[in-house]
Amino acid sequence: MSAAPLPEALLCVAAWLALGAGSLVPGAGAWFARRAAFPLGALVGLGLALIGLLAIWLPPAALVLPLGLPGLPFHLRLDPLAGFFLLLLGAVSAGISVYAHGYFADEAPGRLALIGLQFHVFLASMALVILADDAYLFMVAWETMALASYFLVTTDHHQAPIRSAGFLYLLIAHLGALAILLAFGILHGGRGDYSFAALRAAELTPFWSSAAFLLAFFGFGAKAGMLPLHAWLPEAHPAAPSPVSALMSGVMLKTAIYGMVRVIYDLIGGLRWEWGLVVLVVGAGTTLFGVLYALMQHDLKRLLAYHSIENIGIILLGLGMSMVFVGFGQPVAGALGLIAALYHTLNHAVFKALLFLGAGSILHKGGLRNLNDMGGLIRTMPHTALYFLIGALAISALPPLNGFVSEWLTFQTALQASVLKHGVVRSLLPLFAATLALAGALTAMCFVKVYGVAFLGQPREPRHRAHAPAPGDALDCGIAERIGMAWLAIGCFVLGLFPSAFLLMLNRICVGLLGHGLAEGTLESSWLWLVPTSSAQASYSPLIFILVIVAVTCITFVLVRRFYHGRVRYSHPWDCGFPDQTSRMQDTADAFGQPIRHMFGPLYLMKRHLPGPDDPAPRFALKIEDRHWVWLYLPVARLTEFVSARIALLQRGRISIYLLYSFLTLIVLLVFAR
Amino acid sequence: MTPATGIAFQLLQSLFVVLVAPLLMGWVNQCRAWLQNRAAPPLLLPYYTLAKLFHKDAVIARNASPLFRLTPYILFGCMWLAAGIVPVLATALPFAPAADIIALVGVFALARVFSALAAMDIGTSFGGLGARREMLIGFLAEPAMLMTLFTAAFIAGSTQLTTIVNTLAHREFAIYPSLAFAALAFLMVLLAENARIPIDNPTTHLELTMVHEAMILEYSARHLALIEWAVAIKLFAYMTIGIALFLPWGIAEAGHWAGLPLAFAALGLKLAGAGAGLALLETVLAKLRLFLAPEFLSAAFLLAVLGMLIHFLVLD
Repeated sequence: MSAAPLPEALLCVAAWLALGAGSLVPGAGAWFARRAAFPLGALVGLGLALIGLLAIWLPPAALVLPLGLPGLPFHLRLDPLAGFFLLLLGAVSAGISVYAHGYFADEAPGRLALIGLQFHVFLASMALVILADDAYLFMVAWETMALASYFLVTTDHHQAPIRSAGFLYLLIAHLGALAILLAFGILHGGRGDYSFAALRAAELTPFWSSAAFLLAFFGFGAKAGMLPLHAWLPEAHPAAPSPVSALMSGVMLKTAIYGMVRVIYDLIGGLRWEWGLVVLVVGAGTTLFGVLYALMQHDLKRLLAYHSIENIGIILLGLGMSMVFVGFGQPVAGALGLIAALYHTLNHAVFKALLFLGAGSILHKGGLRNLNDMGGLIRTMPHTALYFLIGALAISALPPLNGFVSEWLTFQTALQASVLKHGVVRSLLPLFAATLALAGALTAMCFVKVYGVAFLGQPREPRHRAHAPAPGDALDCGIAERIGMAWLAIGCFVLGLFPSAFLLMLNRICVGLLGHGLAEGTLESSWLWLVPTSSAQASYSPLIFILVIVAVTCITFVLVRRFYHGRVRYSHPWDCGFPDQTSRMQDTADAFGQPIRHMFGPLYLMKRHLPGPDDPAPRFALKIEDRHWVWLYLPVARLTEFVSARIALLQRGRISIYLLYSFLTLIVLLVFAR
Repeated sequence: MTPATGIAFQLLQSLFVVLVAPLLMGWVNQCRAWLQNRAAPPLLLPYYTLAKLFHKDAVIARNASPLFRLTPYILFGCMWLAAGIVPVLATALPFAPAADIIALVGVFALARVFSALAAMDIGTSFGGLGARREMLIGFLAEPAMLMTLFTAAFIAGSTQLTTIVNTLAHREFAIYPSLAFAALAFLMVLLAENARIPIDNPTTHLELTMVHEAMILEYSARHLALIEWAVAIKLFAYMTIGIALFLPWGIAEAGHWAGLPLAFAALGLKLAGAGAGLALLETVLAKLRLFLAPEFLSAAFLLAVLGMLIHFLVLD
């Protein structure tokens, strides 16, 4: 059997870089970016997805490129884990690239050329992060990724809030990068070899391996948007152009999950169950925090960003359970947890990219960002409405779409708790399952809010009201955007309806990482049934599920027409006989979240202005802020400013003083460093 | 059992549930009328209502989207699926493995999300109000239901409803404290999910209190009939889930056709008792204020989680 197609993968990376460079050619660059760069990028993405798919089934391949610093060449490796993430990157970015082709079509030439460059460099750097096999190349690619995405976020840099959002993102990205660097430093231990093979072979004491775990966990967690390092996410995602938000939320956060799995499972190894508990606690907090804050948002892209935080939490719950099981010597249950986490990683990439693209269409074509201005979009944007509905159902973990499969697998992992011997941990795991159940139901509530307020009901914004009743789809997005969203929507169905095929793939990764996987026999036995352990224990068949619902729906429809009639009279809404309905009487996004605000009030930092009875111009204002800013971010920022102000005392601006510093340093060195 | 008879049995059971469900509704209404010293409506009234509604012309708001017209059919399809999964008469259901307890909760969630979306479709104030309240109740009831089912799943070591029922029906008669907690939580969830007092009142049209009725206010004729029918099936399914988990004795096992008559009799008795009990509860309880509903449901959620923890404590 031949090895994984690593050179071809590198070719794809090079192609992306070339597309980026092509957008910058003076004169022709903007034309190239407008006409060809994004569709070609999508093709490269498809190719990369195919390569990733092959790599999952083939033995790993490694390569050393004589690039980089002298004596420090780039190591590259393509194994099943990297293949899986290449598949994710390629498949999701293909849809986003096609969409971007339509979305950026009417940009000014100069901006478009820059976006074309940054977009493709961003894609290439993410692929390199996944392919890197030494800490040096990994960090180079990681930082390229951070910088490329920073410039993409600040595309509209003439607006001050976007600049500060970009700065916050860059700051937290670098905090994370520092922690990752330190984790690599611990693993490296001064032996001068930064290749992953050497790091993997490092023998660490429990203390140092735990330190490396914590550094890696928080370093990658900062990129993933994990609590309490999440603050950049709800700022940066809405600031970026929508295809970039989709790429960042859908794919870039996943490279952080890749890094976590690669470093913790593969490089550090020797998983301990205590680590799992840390991951579980942080994951549960992140999950609940994300969804509860999402419910409070009325800016659609900000809301989606908070949901990204929540979904990262769900992935962490799967990872944490897996670590607990592996730590207690239960590799089969551990493999199930890892599979659940990786499955959710892929699912979230697909449906979150889809949702961000849908939000992009509303913003681009409708000029609407605030949910409270939307309404009735299903009539003016039927295509976007359909795709967004699929994404909303998928993220709400409703069967038979893909979000449900990974939550189902996570629940199944938690239900394996009986195999554990440790009494306390055994009874803790179901509590995390309860967290997940709560978060899932809250997500459904949130997306009923989003879909109901944005797409259903009557238009709230005058411009859209003028268009009602619907003039077809004149306001809807163009054909390229539709193809991009349809591709991802199909992904939601494929991942939801054929889970056993993906389970087989993920099982190979587990075998590679843990040395153990689920029993192949039960997995291979049937494509119709999803059976992770044994059919007596649990099974699920999405195809039968959807077939029954669709069949009954159709048969009922036909029977009702056959035996009775299909007569319809159109009329005004009934609404208990209330005659003067206006669009302002509908629930707004804030109203929909009000019961949650009531119940979880202490969680939020609320600033509310209630109009009094004799206000001449009564206005209700409500501002919800993140408590983390008050107790964590602002104190740290003040401390940093204080310390740097003290250090700045050294800086006097006179050459004689600086010469004195050099002289003193020299003396100190002469005295102590003999 | 050959596959053909298995599928036939599966179809028959679903059909049975779908056809009998309105009868249970009628029975509950009759019991409640007796308890409240009113003249009781006929037992078959729900069937007459359905027939009447199917004959009428549907009146639909002008701005209704396709989602609005599709939703009643989807609801009906979801409930039909639920009716097929729950072991009502026998545990031999070849399609039951298609959806375990988690997927069962998922079916109900799917139905809830679609009905809430349809409620918001016309853009009336009541529709949004109903949808918001329904999702508020749902977000607490759904995890509570899941935790209740997990308690049973831990005891049986399986999330298959048929396996769970088989295990529970054959255990020695002993009182599981965890199941007692779960049963209480389940009862509370059943009341909330089926829009019953004390959370909601199925007979009200008072705008301050209605939840489910506010959501389906815009529906008429065949669409309303399908929704009402789906509601009846949902109540039937919830009651049979409760019976299957907490009073499973008498259910026919795989391949035991002789057990079916006994299973029929046992089911009839149990459902009649459960229906009367529901009517009694609805008579003696008062409806809670809306903001007490979350407390009621958080209590259910905590009870269910406690039940699960107790399972592990007893195990030690």
